[in-house]
Parts: sequence; structure tokens; C-alpha cells
Amino acid sequence: MIEGISIYEILTLTSILFFIGVYGFITRKNLISILISVELILNASVVNFVVINKYLYPDMLQGVFFSLFIIAVAAAETALAISIIINLYRQITSVEVKDIETMKY
Amino acid sequence: MDFSSFLLMRQEILLLAIALLLILTEIFMPQNKKSSIVDLAIFLFGIHVIIGFFAIEEGSMFGGMFNTNNLIHFFKNVLNVGVFVLLLQSADWLKEKIVTHNRGTEFFVLLFSSLLGMYFMISAGDFLMFYLGLELSTLPIAALAAYETTKRISSEAGIKLILSAALASGVSLFGISMLYATTGSIYFNDIIEVITATNLSILGLILFFAGLAFKISLVPFHFWTADVYEGAPISIASYLSVISKGAAVFILMILLFTVLKPLMHIWEHIIYVIAIATMSIGNLFALRQQNMKRFLAFSSIAQAGFILLGLIIGNQLGTATVVYFVLIYVFSNLAAFGVVQAISLETGKENINDYEGLYRTNPKLSLVMMLALFSLAGIPPVAGFFGKFFLFIAAASEGYYILVFIAVVNVTISLYYYLLVVRAMFLRKSESAIPFFENKLYMRLGLIITVLGILILGLYSPLYDYIFELSSKLL
Repeated sequence: MIEGISIYEILTLTSILFFIGVYGFITRKNLISILISVELILNASVVNFVVINKYLYPDMLQGVFFSLFIIAVAAAETALAISIIINLYRQITSVEVKDIETMKY
Repeated sequence: MDFSSFLLMRQEILLLAIALLLILTEIFMPQNKKSSIVDLAIFLFGIHVIIGFFAIEEGSMFGGMFNTNNLIHFFKNVLNVGVFVLLLQSADWLKEKIVTHNRGTEFFVLLFSSLLGMYFMISAGDFLMFYLGLELSTLPIAALAAYETTKRISSEAGIKLILSAALASGVSLFGISMLYATTGSIYFNDIIEVITATNLSILGLILFFAGLAFKISLVPFHFWTADVYEGAPISIASYLSVISKGAAVFILMILLFTVLKPLMHIWEHIIYVIAIATMSIGNLFALRQQNMKRFLAFSSIAQAGFILLGLIIGNQLGTATVVYFVLIYVFSNLAAFGVVQAISLETGKENINDYEGLYRTNPKLSLVMMLALFSLAGIPPVAGFFGKFFLFIAAASEGYYILVFIAVVNVTISLYYYLLVVRAMFLRKSESAIPFFENKLYMRLGLIITVLGILILGLYSPLYDYIFELSSKLL
């Protein structure tokens, strides 16, 4: 619980963070930037879980546990995505979205 | 301490043991015998499939995080048989292309850990277990889609799959956090008691549904499907379209019919719209495909739309028809992908044009393909007809006549493009037809199992009664 800050302000922040992530996922032209956008989405959910747990249901720790697992899984996801991107870079020396559209429609 | 309750997780523990055993075997196996790892893996997994048929007790573990009952156990067996057939079909590809580069074991370990994730996902009793199972089932598949590291399209498929899956799970998690905010718990049993239709919980439901719809590739979340299927190795495309989709449908069904049942008046509208969009768009895009894998990708999107007809009614009949349809769909789609795999491995050809005149050179293969496509299209003597018929009956029994009408129109459209392939194989003559070739033992076995499945499942009616009886466990 943070003094002087209500749950509404934090949830507004996480919602904005979530939609920045979705916007970035759709508009970015670089695979790494897309990955960063996905991380924004995941981190918005992490903050959401912690805040909801702390402000609304402080007697149980389910939200906090959940957020710990999300952080670990997100790290694994990023590692895998980066390794695939590196493999792609070795073949086409580019991480731009416009270069990975050999398959379409 | 009493460890006997761990026997509820028998399937999971056994599968994990097989994966670990394969890693150990690879270390101690001499270099010149590496290709026998494929035989060993298939043998071990075959034993696992057989053990899976023995009955298991019902119960839950870890304070309700892990549930198992006869319906879940039955569905795990369906997944097992699907993966077993898939391994048989891809054994030759593995031996020729993968083991020679010393990368055979990883394939099995990744595939089995993905299957393990699906077990945990469909047995989940709370959202944490569900999320972990979902991720464990998705991440290895992304690695496997990019498995042919020397091919550019394989890497492209991998990156498209992992980014779409990450976005989907992120959206899904945001939805789960909202459901948590309204109910104060992540356990399914607690949520059922307190959930009501408030604005926040409806938004949570929609976001959560969007995340799972990515996995089932429902329109408008289907954009990754065709690209990933085309780029990934064929066995992985087959896995994605059969096993992964089946498991996701099953857990979506469990969640909608039990946990989110109080919101049914909300989600039936969502499913209504998405079912129509998925059937129509999947069919219309399938019409213009030339590549066999993309064709099957769009056909599997359309099939997912038909599955939603069973989901919309939310009762025991719906559960039974969905499970029955998925069971038949597993066999039909595996047969189609198996033939594509056999031809692609032998000649490297994957376009529909290349199949012209196939009946004259390879009559058996084209018969298998014909049966598979008839089953997918739903032509009477084969199993696919009964699956679709029961789904339509189920939807009509609750008065969704317009939806059923649209579905029937879509079946007619789908008949056209399925028959295009059949026409290319049987009626067209071609100078450059694919020459005759003999399939190896494993591939032949894999195709025979699927053909038996397609022919027998539709006619053996006690099976449907059995599934219907099991479905009462869910509600």
C-alpha cells in the first residue's frame, strides 16, 4: 500500500502500459522492438496482479505468486524469441519485419 | 508420508521420465548408432500410450491445483494416440534429415515437454497451473517450428509463432488479472461461487477468451496460422493443427462450461459472432490456396469454427459432441498431413498441382488422402460426417437455427475445395505426375492407424455413448 495513491491511479497506469504494448506490437517494424512491446504487456499484467493483491485482497498472496511465475516465464519466452531472431539474422542479416515476409496470404 | 496420491499424475510422471531417459540415452549412446534413438523414442512412447489406457482414479492434488477425472483422462489418451501417430509419420523425416545432423533427441524432448504442458493445462484447477501449462505447451513448439535452422522459412515460422503466442498469453494474463480483481481468487472452484457479470469481469472474460482464441486460431486471431504451418516442418504443422488445437479447445470448453458459466449470456454472443466469422473466412481463404500446407491450415481454421457450434450451448450434449468431433478431427487431419509428409519427404513437392495424376502412380496414398478429405468435409460413410452431424444437432437442439444454416452453407463451400484436391488426384492426367514410391514401415503404420480411425470411429456408436456418459463428470 502506497500512501496517497489509490488503486485507480495504478490501474490506469497499467492499462496505459498494456495499450502502449499492443500499439507497439502492431506498429513497430523491428523484431526486437516488437519483443519489447510484448514485455510491456506482460509487465502490465504483473503490476496488475501485485496491486490487486495488495489493495483488494491483502490477506492472501495469490496475486504475488502469480506475478513471480509470470516474470520467470516471460524471461524464458524472451530468451527463446531472441535465439530464433539471432538464427534468422545469421541467414538474412536483418531483423526488420519487411524482410521476413516470404510467406504471405 | 503417503505418496500414493501422486499416482493421479501417473501420465505426467511417466512422460517426464521418458523425456529424461532419452536425454540420458543420448549421452551414453555410441556415435554410429544415433539413428536408433528414433526407434527407442517411438517404442517408449508406445508403452506410455498403452499404459495410458488403464483406468485412473479421480481426484485432485496440491490443494485443487491439479484435477483429474475420467473425461480428462480420456482426452489425454486422445492426445497420446495423436502424438503417437504423428511420431510414426515423422520417423523417416527424422532419420533422414534430423538425426544425421545429430539433433534427434532434442526433437523428442521438446515435443514431449510440450505434450506435458498440455496435460497440465487440461488438468489445471487454477489459473496459475493453467498459465504454466499453456506456456509449457507453446514455447517448445515455437522452438520446434524453427527447428530446420538452415531454412529461412522455418525461422520465419518460429518467430511468427513465438511473437503471436507471447502477445496472446500477455492479453490472456491481463484478462485473468481482471477476473482475479473481481473474484479475489485464482482457483476455479472459488471463482465459480462468486463470479457475477460486472463490467470488469466481462472485460476480463473477453481478454482471456482472446488469448485462447489465438491458440485455437479463431478469426480474427488467425493470422499466424497459415504462415507458421507453411514454414514449420510438416510434423510440427500437424502437431499444431491437431494436438495443440485439440487441447486448447478442451480447456476452453472446461473453463466456459464450469468457471465462466455464470457469464454464459455474455460469451454465447461472442462465440456466435466468432463462429460465423471463423467458418466463413477460413473457407473463403482456403479456396484460393495452392500450397497444400496453407490449404490445410485454412481448412483447420474452418474446422475450428465448426467446433464452436458445440461450445455455444454449454451443456453435457455440447461437451460430448465437442470431444467426439475433436477425436475424429485428430484422425482425419493426421491422415491428410501424413500423406503430405510422405510426398514431401520423397519428392519435396507441396503444391496441389503436383498431386495431379497421383491416383495412377500411387493409388494407396491417394485413397488415404481422399478418405481424410472426405472426413474433413463430412461426407456420409466416413467418421467426419457423424462428428459434424452431432455438432449441428447439438446447436439446433438449443434453437440456434440460423447459425446451423450458416454452418451448412459453409460445409457446402468447403466441399468444393476439398474436392478440388480429390479431382487433381483422380481425374487429372499429368506428364510430370509424382512417380511411384514405397513408404517405409513407420509411415505405413501411421497412415493405417489413421485410416482405421476414420472408418471405424464413425460406425462404432458405443464410443459416442461412452463419451456422453463421461461428459457428465464435467458439469
